[in-house]
Amino acid sequence: MSKGQIIMYLPLVVLLLPLLSALLILLFTKRYRQLSAGLSIGAVALGLGISIFLYASQDADHAKSDLIFTWLGIGQADSQALLPGAPGEQTLGFDFSIMNDPLSRLMLVVVTLVGTLVHVFSLVYMRKDKGYARYFGALSFFVFSMLGIVLSANLVMMFIFWELVGVSSYLLISHWFEKPAAADAGKKAFITNRIGDVGFLLGILLIWQQVDTVNIGSLGGQVSTLAGLLIFCGAVGKSAQFPLHVWLPDAMEGPTPVSALIHAATMVAAGVYMLCRVFVIFTPDALLIIGWIGAITALLAALMAVQQDDIKRILAYSTLSQLGYMVMAVGCGGPDSAMFHLTTHAAFKALLFLGAGAVIYACHHEQNIWKMGDLRHRQPWTYRAFVTGALALAGFPLLSGFFSKDAILMQAYLKHMPMFIIGVVVAVLTAFYMTRCVLVAFFGKARSDQARHAQEVPGEMLAPLIILSIFSIVLGAPQIGLHHSLSADIFEIKISPDAKTAHTAAMIAGTIAAALGIVSGWWLYKNAETDPLPSKLGELSRWMRNRFYFDELYAFLNRWTQETLSYAAAWADRWLIAGLGVKGTSGAVDITGCLIRLVQTGNLQTYALLMVLGLLGILAWILF
Amino acid sequence: MTIGLEHYLIVSVVLFCLGLLGVIIRRNLIVMYMGLELMLNAANLALVAFSHFRDNLDGQVMVFFIITVAAAEVAVGLALIVALYRKRQTNDVTDLTSMKL
Repeated sequence: MSKGQIIMYLPLVVLLLPLLSALLILLFTKRYRQLSAGLSIGAVALGLGISIFLYASQDADHAKSDLIFTWLGIGQADSQALLPGAPGEQTLGFDFSIMNDPLSRLMLVVVTLVGTLVHVFSLVYMRKDKGYARYFGALSFFVFSMLGIVLSANLVMMFIFWELVGVSSYLLISHWFEKPAAADAGKKAFITNRIGDVGFLLGILLIWQQVDTVNIGSLGGQVSTLAGLLIFCGAVGKSAQFPLHVWLPDAMEGPTPVSALIHAATMVAAGVYMLCRVFVIFTPDALLIIGWIGAITALLAALMAVQQDDIKRILAYSTLSQLGYMVMAVGCGGPDSAMFHLTTHAAFKALLFLGAGAVIYACHHEQNIWKMGDLRHRQPWTYRAFVTGALALAGFPLLSGFFSKDAILMQAYLKHMPMFIIGVVVAVLTAFYMTRCVLVAFFGKARSDQARHAQEVPGEMLAPLIILSIFSIVLGAPQIGLHHSLSADIFEIKISPDAKTAHTAAMIAGTIAAALGIVSGWWLYKNAETDPLPSKLGELSRWMRNRFYFDELYAFLNRWTQETLSYAAAWADRWLIAGLGVKGTSGAVDITGCLIRLVQTGNLQTYALLMVLGLLGILAWILF
Repeated sequence: MTIGLEHYLIVSVVLFCLGLLGVIIRRNLIVMYMGLELMLNAANLALVAFSHFRDNLDGQVMVFFIITVAAAEVAVGLALIVALYRKRQTNDVTDLTSMKL
């Protein structure tokens, strides 16, 4: 095999390894805890190695996607001579092809890296769990599905893996299915995603109708706004954008490493990745709507995060907000900035979630930050890692989040000034709620027994934290060149002449925003025993705490539509089908029978009279 | 005044209607039976009249058949009425409604 062929098949190996491990765990090793975990970790770690090799050996001349085999052809005959297609007949062929370009290689590294670290972290975190093997099997299955999205070279294939990601995320969120909350959260995530996926599927069909292809590589610019927005629906579901954002915070019912893997770094990023993949199809109108949805999500979620008490929920809303940022970047015509932020966000948000996991593990599954406190002396390494992540997320200068947020703000500054302002406000809020979270959980006095008895977590858990901390610090630096390679090589975006001013403006605004957020957070929450905000903000704080009542609104709408529909259906069933259809037929026969029975009197003379009348009738008919 | 076909036919119709009324209105089986005979003879009268006025014997041949059939019918019918009377002790049709389910 030549080097080209090896490179062609390597992504396939990365893709299939986790599937193999999931199958082995499912079929053979479900009883052996350590063996299952080992298989799962081995598969994803090997994948990580290969992915890094692939990413490092960037060869510009390699084709963007490789055909592995033709999967199915509709309207295509095997032998053209035997079955010539009618002229003008549309054919549709699906290839099982693998994307093998720098973008997918970057995503491969992100997914397998976070995946590996999460696997290692889970070794300890899930040690006492009954479903240990099942957990690792599902993790492997998830990694497989996610890699499938990354590597899909056509939209139909992507859609299939998209759904597989939905399934595996359901399995993982509902891992503790004995807990009703977890089971419900899994269902909610699955169903909410389904709503977006319907749009995605319709979008794919519309695209096929309009440009006759579903291959991502050959998509052109003749796609209508509607198709673009329908495709975006898929991303709205998967990346939890407003108005389908409600599932993500609930998904925190799953084990914390799962939250780190799925709901911070990979699955929710799939929507953004997909948007970047098919970026060429979006018309300016579609981009404007995408941008506004992103901006609204970013702002709403940041506001909600400010008043949450559950450490995982704070991070969940923060994830929502950052995803909104990325979508806004796509809407502002900057898929490179979106991907850049996606990558850095994957690092520091996974770090934050794993850090939260370490805190929760140490505090015996206490998640309320107001019951923690003073953890910086009890868990010094976790504290350092968490603060690194928080600073990176807040956009502290020279950490990775600073640069990626900068890129997005710059993009917004160039395209839509209102979005730039929203972006800056969100940056302030981000810095503020992260400061709040860190100060309340790690500083002050320990406010519960769990917090008083917390101890530093074992090395297997610390190692991923430290590795991710390093990534969170350096990933964004211009010297690494990630953003430059994304914008120049992958998306081939020309740097506009205004970029210099925009860059300066974004950098200054970002720095001021971060500083403002951190300082105000410090000022409000330093040594705070209870949350001072509710008394200061009053009603607004209540709305933030209750997530602006979106869940209640949806529950109401659901109930209302559902009840109306079911009443209508019951009415139709009772009166139309059972009443008119079934009882109507039998009733008509019954009544006719009753009427005819009246004639049968048994009286000879009646019969004679009827006979005469009949005869007269016949006579009249003949004569007149 | 010459007596034409129509006069015979009118008499025949009157006889027929009287017989029919007898069958439909009277309750006594014997009287109904007499009504039936009256209707048959009304038909006979009409047939004989047609035969006479058209100089054709076909009608009279038909009448012989009818008389024969009527005689046989009376024999069977009266026997049935007698048998019924023995069984039910009545010859009022309103009491004989066992044909009704």
